[in-house]
Amino acid sequence: MSELARAYRFAVNVTPKPGILDPQGKAVERSLPHLGIAGVSGVRVGRRVEMSVAATDEAAAREIVDRLAGDLLSNPLMERFEVEALGEAEASAVTGLGG
Amino acid sequence: MSVRVGIVLFPGSNRDIDAVNALRVGGAEPEILWHESVDLAGVAGILIPGGFAYGDYLRAGVIARFSPVMRAVADFAERGGPVLGICNGFQVLAEARLVPGALLRNRGLRFVCRQVTLLPEHLDSPFTREIGERRPLRMPIAHGEGCYYADEATLDELERDGGVLWRYANPDGSVAGPDDPGNPNGSLRGIAGVRNAAGNVAGLMPHPETAVEAILGSDDGLGIIRSLVVSAAEWQQTGQITGTRPAPQAAIAGGAA
Repeated sequence: MSELARAYRFAVNVTPKPGILDPQGKAVERSLPHLGIAGVSGVRVGRRVEMSVAATDEAAAREIVDRLAGDLLSNPLMERFEVEALGEAEASAVTGLGG
Repeated sequence: MSVRVGIVLFPGSNRDIDAVNALRVGGAEPEILWHESVDLAGVAGILIPGGFAYGDYLRAGVIARFSPVMRAVADFAERGGPVLGICNGFQVLAEARLVPGALLRNRGLRFVCRQVTLLPEHLDSPFTREIGERRPLRMPIAHGEGCYYADEATLDELERDGGVLWRYANPDGSVAGPDDPGNPNGSLRGIAGVRNAAGNVAGLMPHPETAVEAILGSDDGLGIIRSLVVSAAEWQQTGQITGTRPAPQAAIAGGAA
């Protein structure tokens, strides 16, 4: 077992920044009357990216996730992101650990 | 000997052959630059063509931003060399923060493929200098994420510093605002293309490279391609480019019809 044998599961939720036009959200809203649904507004469509991160501890893993969320998964000009910690990943589910 | 201009080729680029043709028509010798290479082969200018680099996964242009060739392109831009990104190439430059702003999903949600009319501004810039007089330019667009966005302060700053080089126009010749018929994607203030603060890196969503000969339906794009070629030649010879300091606001007013 390497010292990175622990892995942590995270989700990064990326959504359009407030004030940015979200045509996908508008399209969803416009479709709701066809379902007979009323009273729904403010729909914003984003994306959720889940991952396992091998690191010495959860704080170190979190640092990696914060960096990739800001540099790659979101564009700060138009999106914001939230990182969700999902706990320790099952070792068998993690690749690249030399297991 | 004609000047050599590089065309960056990513997996998923699909306008590279059009770019080769346009550069030849424009009097340059095209040189294909592979995305995994950091060697720019001594070119004096760079064109990043359209397509769907790396499948446009995640966001248009973002994966390409981290490719080895883009490190070399950023370094080339830092040294003052002329770089023009077209369509997906513009998206790559925006994701790489080499030009200001971002390209959002088209306001109408659809991929739009049609002719548009552009109004060029700042006809002394490295990317507009060969257009000649200020007149409407017809050329095609083909994109799903071309809605130009920047916050209000950035837009004001861009306009003040001469950073907007092309805007979409309505049939009556006015600038096409986000909801106007001449604006295909909802771009703020009708912006179709911008340049960076230094003035040597520019991007636009329309395709001048497929409008360089009458047989293609329009040769209105040739002035933009020629401008890149002339700027590349100047940079090669002198190490700098005329007009790489943004023009004052007065130049815009003076160019209005």
